[in-house]
Amino acid sequence: MAVTTALPRDLDAVAGAPMSYWRTVAWRLARDPATLVAGSLLALIVLSALLAPWLAPYDPNAGSIRLRLASVGAPGHVLGTDEQGRDMLSRLLWGGRMTLIAGFTPVLVALVIGTALGVLAGYVGGLTNTLVMRTMDIFYAFPAVLLAIAISGALGPGLPNTLISLSIVFVPRVVRVAESATVQVKGLEYIAAARASGAGVPTIVRHHLLANVLSPILVFASTQVSLAIILAAGLSFLGLGVTPPAAEWGLMLSTLRQSIYVNAIVPALPGLAIFVTSMAFNLLSDGLRDAMEVRA
Amino acid sequence: MSAAPLLEVRGLRKHFPLRGGVLQRTHAWVRAVDDVSFDVYPAETLGIVGESGCGKSTLARLILKLIEPDAGTVRFAGEDVRGASADRMKRLRRDMQLVFQDPYASLNPRLTIEDAVAFSLLVHGSSRGQARERARALLGRVGLDPRLYGRRYPHELSGGQRQRVNIARALVLDPRLLVLDEPVSALDKSVQAQVLNLLAGLKAERALTYVFISHDLNVIEYVSDRVLVMYLGEIVETGTADALAQAPKHPYTQALFASAPSLDPDHRLERPPLTGDPPNPIDPPSGCRFRTRCAFAMPRCAASPPALRAVGAAHDVACYLYEAAAAAETPAR
Repeated sequence: MAVTTALPRDLDAVAGAPMSYWRTVAWRLARDPATLVAGSLLALIVLSALLAPWLAPYDPNAGSIRLRLASVGAPGHVLGTDEQGRDMLSRLLWGGRMTLIAGFTPVLVALVIGTALGVLAGYVGGLTNTLVMRTMDIFYAFPAVLLAIAISGALGPGLPNTLISLSIVFVPRVVRVAESATVQVKGLEYIAAARASGAGVPTIVRHHLLANVLSPILVFASTQVSLAIILAAGLSFLGLGVTPPAAEWGLMLSTLRQSIYVNAIVPALPGLAIFVTSMAFNLLSDGLRDAMEVRA
Repeated sequence: MSAAPLLEVRGLRKHFPLRGGVLQRTHAWVRAVDDVSFDVYPAETLGIVGESGCGKSTLARLILKLIEPDAGTVRFAGEDVRGASADRMKRLRRDMQLVFQDPYASLNPRLTIEDAVAFSLLVHGSSRGQARERARALLGRVGLDPRLYGRRYPHELSGGQRQRVNIARALVLDPRLLVLDEPVSALDKSVQAQVLNLLAGLKAERALTYVFISHDLNVIEYVSDRVLVMYLGEIVETGTADALAQAPKHPYTQALFASAPSLDPDHRLERPPLTGDPPNPIDPPSGCRFRTRCAFAMPRCAASPPALRAVGAAHDVACYLYEAAAAAETPAR
């Protein structure tokens, strides 16, 4: 029996083309059952919020005095009606839009501003770092909920003001994560090697720094989405967020609160929606953290 | 060594401030490198040896202007590196490259090794295809088949393989001077030998000049033409590798050679020639910095630091023990 020791001609085919980083992340995510469940649930929630105008069986703001607080499963109203006789399913679908907007936008804004500030503070260091980080500490001195309430209270109710106040709450958090990741990566020898090769600061930041600080920042930001949803709902609950009669999960929880003794199930529905959505985000960010782990 | 030096270092000094408190006030200085001068001639290997914390790595970074010196000059091929414009500096960087100590921290985990090597070329304006071609060729030269390894990520490689990537990255710009900062310290002995042989082969092939930094005297002796011994940020002795190995003059150099592990059973040590840690570079001893650990310390050693004096052909030592010998070498003033 002849033993062939010659190397195969096409080594690429044997070694296999290594996957790019993002493909590896996607590959790992697709193999984590918890992430898959949470991901599909979130996809469903986002899709139903997007398609609310077509999916909702009724006008979310049109009620009927004769049909107040119908139970779940009432004829014509699958999830019952609220204290003004408005269809709960329609309101939950429309409310999801508001809640998701209020949850995503501040984190997205904070992700952009926070990363820029954090990388600037971390990479430049010195006085710039002191200035940026101590300013962030001022915001950090207040508990998140208190800060959101204070800013919203000063700006007045309404969705835009909720987004502004929540963005202010989340920027310092992202800055902190971005700064510490930047300081850590900046000290590594491959950054020095890039400098020794003659690369300028923008090139180094783009090719060597950002790629390595972005994953911890993204993972952190994903954990903050659920908090933002809860904070936004909380602001609406207190009357500082979305204004009635618009549907928003926190606001629905607030207005249905008094009816809890009449019908316990219907007022619990928006709370359940908030719980499931934020839980799904948390599970997804857990999976993301594991999948985005970079082996050095 | 009659040619003009490729690298001239004169009076190089770097003190790092230690800051503390809210106002980041400086309350102490770490004297990492203090008044260091030396020349490196084309095609030679200058070894720099010393204990950890004596300023070797700082010196490497000062030479490459990765950090700014407090005082002193570095001239490369007659050109002042310190005063070079940004444009000129970028071109100078092609001629001087650094190989790092830590094979794990010195490669970007998010770049394939092919891209890591090609990066420098892209910075200097090569096209992507050209850069990749050069990088693959060089990876092959350092012993990593680009077809097998080119598109792998650093975490898929061993320490020795990563150090080969580091060497390829340093060489891709065709430098004339390579500063090697403990290039083999993190590697196993067997891998060390392979990498050292690779470095020797590359040097001959490309007419390179090496500044080889290590704390391992055996390695330094093996690779170097001339050796520079550092203690607490200062040069205490310089000479050819042979002269230093056969007749080390400075008590510190003697202790270093005596403590280097040897396979010769007649060469075993009863007790360590040097005890304790080097003094804190934040507050070094007055006069000669070695006097606190020196068996021959005299009262005058505390008074003022001894200067480097010639004790032989191309053999200088900074120690009062050899003042008489040095006076005999140099004509009386």
